[in-house]
Amino acid sequence: MSATTIPETPLPEQSSDLIGSGQEGGLLDQAKGYLQRLRSGEMGALPAVLGFLVLSGLFTALSPFFLTERNFANLITQAATLVMLAMALVFVILLGEIDLSAGVTAGVAMSLFVVLSDPGGIAMNWILALVVALLSGLAIGAFIGFFVARVGIPSFVVTLGLFLGFQGLQLIIIGAGGLYRIQQPEILSIQNSNLPTWGGWVMLAVILAVSLGMSMLDRRRRARAGVPNRTIALMWIRLALIAVIGGVVVGLLNQNRGTGFLAVSGVPIVVPITLTILWFGTLVLDRTRFGRYIYAIGGNAEAARRSGIKVIGVKWAAFAVCSTLAVVAGIFSASKVGSVDAAFGRDIVLSGVAAAVVGGVSLFGGRGRLIHGAIGALVIAVITNGLGLLNLPGGVNFLVTGGVLILAATVDAVSRVRAGGSIIRR
Amino acid sequence: MNAPIIELTDVKKSFGPVSVLKGVGLKVYPGKITALVGDNGAGKSTLIKGLAGVQPYDDGVVLFNGEQVHLHNPREASRLGIEVVYQDLALCDNLDIVQNMFLGREETATGIFDEGRMEREASETLRSLSVRTVKSVRQKVSSLSGGQRQTVAIARSVLKSARVVILDEPTAALGVAQTEQVLNLVKRLADSGVGVLMISHNLVDVFQVADYISVLYLGQMVASVEASRTTSDDVVGYITGSKTYNGEAA
Repeated sequence: MSATTIPETPLPEQSSDLIGSGQEGGLLDQAKGYLQRLRSGEMGALPAVLGFLVLSGLFTALSPFFLTERNFANLITQAATLVMLAMALVFVILLGEIDLSAGVTAGVAMSLFVVLSDPGGIAMNWILALVVALLSGLAIGAFIGFFVARVGIPSFVVTLGLFLGFQGLQLIIIGAGGLYRIQQPEILSIQNSNLPTWGGWVMLAVILAVSLGMSMLDRRRRARAGVPNRTIALMWIRLALIAVIGGVVVGLLNQNRGTGFLAVSGVPIVVPITLTILWFGTLVLDRTRFGRYIYAIGGNAEAARRSGIKVIGVKWAAFAVCSTLAVVAGIFSASKVGSVDAAFGRDIVLSGVAAAVVGGVSLFGGRGRLIHGAIGALVIAVITNGLGLLNLPGGVNFLVTGGVLILAATVDAVSRVRAGGSIIRR
Repeated sequence: MNAPIIELTDVKKSFGPVSVLKGVGLKVYPGKITALVGDNGAGKSTLIKGLAGVQPYDDGVVLFNGEQVHLHNPREASRLGIEVVYQDLALCDNLDIVQNMFLGREETATGIFDEGRMEREASETLRSLSVRTVKSVRQKVSSLSGGQRQTVAIARSVLKSARVVILDEPTAALGVAQTEQVLNLVKRLADSGVGVLMISHNLVDVFQVADYISVLYLGQMVASVEASRTTSDDVVGYITGSKTYNGEAA
């Protein structure tokens, strides 16, 4: 869409009495529209998806271990924590804010959990302890939100302060040098147990059914309102893509990846949990007021305020959501590692931010979707996993990850300018 | 003459020791365009921010449709049907036209957006204002030209049966053709029965569309006249303070 349309000539009369909505036309028109959007800088997750494919291809060529059933399952459980954390951070990054304390928030909450549920100590019911951990995440988020939204301190400063402070709090809760093993089989099973073979297929069927159902519902609603629907072929293509990709993933995970006598196969339990949160979070961000207002505030906070949006409240809630989901990421991590120590969660937050940005969530706010965070996290996880297999020195991992982040941020900045924004942030 | 839809009497506002509005009166009539003119710092923006509920007045009486109202926040003003189109447009670049027009008042069914209905209403509103320059209502606002943005901002204000629309410098920063379009849009707005209050620095624009002209000078309303009964020279005189208006307030 060119920005210079002066003098504007009236468009030819359309058959319907409505102004176009970009939903008209067949597959070809839709493809053209998509290319147009790409060119104008709305690339979404495309660079990250390409990056994921290229990196996967590269590592497959370089290491015979990369594309094995075992490593594939390993990659997914390694990535799960980062995926969850990146999705948590998306809620605040969309506002144009940041939460550097998300990792240590998970650390504090999980420290509380292990200390409270320790059978040799306080021995609280583990479900209750888990609820306490999640609520403490909520409370921490509200605390951050108070200082950012109400007092007006930049989120960078508030959460940097908490990043330092919470490391101390964690030390106090756990005790210096202490380490608690996770003793609840339920928690451990999240990352270490798998769905039965048929369970994976059922999961895929549910995903397809939900996707189909939502699409049909949307189409019915749009038809009732009298506005055009996208050609139905697009919906089938989308479903077919999900079916193929999902089929390959489930198929791979259902192979026996055990060593020796013990057969190990199936989709790790963490996968359906993550997908459910992704689905629900996307619903909230795309289709509810709360989500829309997050985007509006990230785009133009003053415009949002003038539209009668309670900016303070929305920011507050977004930080609470972020911290709570960060605790979920902490649960995944504890399940994978099997223990919680005083340094739990300290190192991961910057990877989470990097994941969101790599996935296509703009640090400037207002642009990006929840799934972009998840895809970006997969890219980062592939780098870590692949380089690990190549037996390169540990430093290389950081160098490559950092390079990818800067590349992604460059793509973000360039596409922002192409989309009509200015280099200098308003 | 019709009864005014908005009538301000003796409105005051100060920021600390600086008194910006020193007892201002103003009338806006339904179906008519009232131009509010005045030099920089005369208090125009402060006056409309009070009407929008963004910055409440300290003192004074606001009558809406003959009844006294208190405008403490934007929602209050919006509930009465007072809509403001700001100079800096207050649109979100990252959202599309429909999303911007419905921002803060989305149509939902059980908490979930009814996008189809919003799209239809947005489209119908643009059509009712004879807007022909927008190709798709699902375009991102960042891809629109200045005139198109102004159009969206004005359409947004009338989406929900507005009774008074306040326009802050609607033609500033627009080219000739686009200015013409926007002024036509403003006229159609008034023709539909809405009371229009338009702030402008451009007296050519003002005389082209306004029915009444009100002049603010250093926080005081120094003249309120029918546009047909005054001249550009006189208005410039009132704005700069070199002439005094002696007639009846219109």
